[in-house]
Amino acid sequence: MKKIYFQTKKMTIGYQNIPIIRDIEIAIKRGEIFTLIGPNGAGKTTMIKSIVGQLKLLDGTIYLNKESMEELSGKELAKKMAVVLTDQVKTELFTCEDMVATGRYPYTGRFGILTKKDLQYVEEAMECVHVSELKDRDFREISDGQKQRVMLARAICQKPEILILDEPTSYLDIRYKLDFMSALQQMTRKENITVILSLHELDLAERISDKIMCVRGEYVERVGTPEEIFQKDYIRSLYGIEKGSFDEEQGRLELPKITGDPKVFVLAGGGKGASVYRALQRKGIPFATGILQENDVDYPVSKALAQKVISQKSFTRISEETYLKAKQQIDQCEKVYCAIQEFGELNMENYKLMEYAKELGKLVE
Amino acid sequence: MKISHSYIKWNKQLRWVGGFVFLGILLFILFCMNVCIGTVSISIKDIGAILLRQQNNEMFYNIVWKIRFPRAIAAMVLGGGLALSGYLLQTFFHNPIAGPFVLGISSGAKLVVAVVMIVLVKQAVEINSWTLIVAAFIGAMLAMGLVLLMSGRIRNMSRLVISGIMIGYICSAITEFLVAFAEEDDIVNLHSWSMGSFSGITWDNVKIITIVVGTTSILVFFMAKPMYAYQLGEGYAKNMGVNIVLFRILLVLFSSVLSACVTAFAGPISFVGIAVPQLVKVVLYSSKPILMIPASILGGAVFCLACDLLARTLLAPTELSISAVTAVFGAPVVIAVMLKRKG
Repeated sequence: MKKIYFQTKKMTIGYQNIPIIRDIEIAIKRGEIFTLIGPNGAGKTTMIKSIVGQLKLLDGTIYLNKESMEELSGKELAKKMAVVLTDQVKTELFTCEDMVATGRYPYTGRFGILTKKDLQYVEEAMECVHVSELKDRDFREISDGQKQRVMLARAICQKPEILILDEPTSYLDIRYKLDFMSALQQMTRKENITVILSLHELDLAERISDKIMCVRGEYVERVGTPEEIFQKDYIRSLYGIEKGSFDEEQGRLELPKITGDPKVFVLAGGGKGASVYRALQRKGIPFATGILQENDVDYPVSKALAQKVISQKSFTRISEETYLKAKQQIDQCEKVYCAIQEFGELNMENYKLMEYAKELGKLVE
Repeated sequence: MKISHSYIKWNKQLRWVGGFVFLGILLFILFCMNVCIGTVSISIKDIGAILLRQQNNEMFYNIVWKIRFPRAIAAMVLGGGLALSGYLLQTFFHNPIAGPFVLGISSGAKLVVAVVMIVLVKQAVEINSWTLIVAAFIGAMLAMGLVLLMSGRIRNMSRLVISGIMIGYICSAITEFLVAFAEEDDIVNLHSWSMGSFSGITWDNVKIITIVVGTTSILVFFMAKPMYAYQLGEGYAKNMGVNIVLFRILLVLFSSVLSACVTAFAGPISFVGIAVPQLVKVVLYSSKPILMIPASILGGAVFCLACDLLARTLLAPTELSISAVTAVFGAPVVIAVMLKRKG
């Protein structure tokens, strides 16, 4: 068993003696990734700021490897903990290499002169997050996403035991989001670094975290593994989602469904339905869909977007009753789309429905 | 890629060395000019002879050794101190247009010095250099305190600067009143001092100036590393292990000592504190404090020597106030900096 590395006991955080979240208990093992999620303004950044010591704790203690953080000197702490903050860094005449090199600060002498070894660490860190080619560029002139990566390289070359990241992926495009996350995973696996981060991207949080903490309200809402957190309708209630929906299993979010009597019937199943559903949602057309088996990939999306879903229990043949229901629905709709590409034994009824729609002249080719 | 990187590095270091050599040569030339040029022109060759007493000319000896030398050294040291004080304030506020003059710190020092002088002269107490420095320091700290109080409430830097300028005006106005009402003969000097001038500086003054500015500069140099970290903002600096509270107190303290020392002996001098760090930053093309601290000192020395030379000679025998000259050269730099900043 790995030992607990980072722990808080009865930590209460807030600004100017006004507590925002009380009695936070966190315990993270070495090499684990711990993610904070929660709606805007819930106190994620406040929590990060308190953990890195930028804000005084209103109560409680933080322990690093059983040592109280308060008792560590600034320099000792700097060798253990590195941060990537959301603060805008306003610098002048800093190359990206200079910026990364500031991570070596706790290891250099009185005047901060870098040794060969320091420079080597800087280079390695830059390679790790693919920013080596930015080396000589002025830090002010690179994009926000590049800045985030440079700041991560900076944190990496600080050689910490624990890494604290505040919304580190907010400016990254999809490629670098994945790069970033896999770099984090590597660091936790290879160097056993512990990571605490806050994220807005729930799909990423679900995939990367060993543990997730949900922040909202005066006490911590929930802490647990991704499987424990991403349970049906929990995210909806955590974020107070009123418009649209979030699919906890797939990590997919959908805009609100269009209400009204279904005008279009979508014959779906096998994954091609989802894009048709979304196209109809964008155009503002209410629709019905079927016949879907409940384990079909189109099923959760249809639940989120369709006004009416005609479905069949998983792994069973489509019953006569369901078939008639679908037929009736087609009668009430103006048009029918067929998003099915392959027909087989289990969806023969859908084929029949398509033929039926063709006869009525409702099928859109 | 590798070659171009090392080339860029080498090029940078060359620029740093070149920058310092350039400033050093400029300093030497200007120092010589300041000693030689004046109402009585003396050639470099004669200077040596005069100092070694090979020429038996008491008047020349007095001019060179008792007037021009201390004055040039004072201009050099005080100029350096002033520029450094400005650089510290710019670091503190994360803003290139901060400086002891625009934030009203020089004027605060001036006011308290004027009050102390008038009171002491009235009571026929002799005024020594240390009294002046302490008075100036108290004034500087009072003005600084006021600025800091405001900066807690005013986040916008331009508004803070405007408030600082207002503090400066108020202090200057009160000083003017005091000087105008004080009739004693001894205060005649006060007028030219309150406008800013390097005249009338003695060797005794120079000794004290050098001790104060020298010690402070060395202490500041030891803060180069945290100053570098501080450029990334408080959050990161704290994570790097900088004791932010202590660091900020020291910055304020040292910049106040420096600008107080300048004000005590030469009165308020405008724009050196802002302009010089900006100029040397362009010369070195770096913002590393470990380079910027010595470069600002050197640059301030060069700038003030040049300005004092102009102040003395432009309309000779009438002497201009030093601030008039520094403003002519310094203010455009400030405008350039503002234009360069977006928004």
